[in-house]
Amino acid sequence: MKVRVYVSLKNGVLDPQGRAIHHAIEGLGFAGVSDVRAGRLIELEVDGSVTDEALDQMAKQLLANMVIENYRIERVA
Amino acid sequence: MSNFRAAVITFPGSNCDRDMAVAIDEICGGTIHRVWHGDAVLPERLDLIALPGGFSYGDYLRSGAMAARSPVMRAVVEAVGRGVAVLGVCNGFQVLAEAGLLPGALMRNAGIRFVCREVALTVENTQSLFTAGYRKDQQIRIPVAHHDGNYFADEATLDRIEGEGRVAFRYAEPVNGSARDIAGVLNEAGNVLGMMPHPERMIEPAQGGSDGRALFAAVARGLVGA
Repeated sequence: MKVRVYVSLKNGVLDPQGRAIHHAIEGLGFAGVSDVRAGRLIELEVDGSVTDEALDQMAKQLLANMVIENYRIERVA
Repeated sequence: MSNFRAAVITFPGSNCDRDMAVAIDEICGGTIHRVWHGDAVLPERLDLIALPGGFSYGDYLRSGAMAARSPVMRAVVEAVGRGVAVLGVCNGFQVLAEAGLLPGALMRNAGIRFVCREVALTVENTQSLFTAGYRKDQQIRIPVAHHDGNYFADEATLDRIEGEGRVAFRYAEPVNGSARDIAGVLNEAGNVLGMMPHPERMIEPAQGGSDGRALFAAVARGLVGA
């Protein structure tokens, strides 16, 4: 089974990379984009023994830095 | 011969470990152990553990994130609890923050660019083991070389560490977007210092200055009266 962990910066945390990407998008001539936030997608291949609680702990202890980031876990069939 | 006993940790990708060992050797003297990140046990009776600069684990995931979970860091956390002094410089600071030994996080520099130059710092706290060799508000010059030095903590945490005198150094010029220009932070007990600038690169005039010497000298004096 595949699990996707989406890691994103918390609201209010400045995102210099997102800002640079935004700048580059505008540089390409695209209009109408008001903000860009960059995050990270981590895919795990797990077997049936891995509980939601274990996934939650993986995210908390390593995949996300809880000082600056939030995470969302999605089980993909 | 000084009784000072230090350990310098090397992670895969550390590149300032030798400079750190040389600085400790020249200024503090004593015995210096070079410790590999996979070692779960530290040498006995250490006065100082130094986490050097570099790009541990290629900065994978987040700078310092993988190193903070390496076997040696469990021993470092335990040593901090016993009161052993720990100095983390640059990547070492990132590792300490990722390990939860210091508050906050080091994010990508606000200007996106890697910053590699000498910067002016203001010494904020002169009461700590690490900073007792400086005068309050003294300006010193120490080089920085980092991509992720943009210090972040929420406002409540910033207020708390400022109120407790735990900001050791502040940038005296714009460098990387750090909250309140914080360049170095102490833990609550005062035995852990993390800082982005490299004091070990400023220990003799041939390096352009020796403002970093006082930090190492204060640690040796404070711990073994050397």
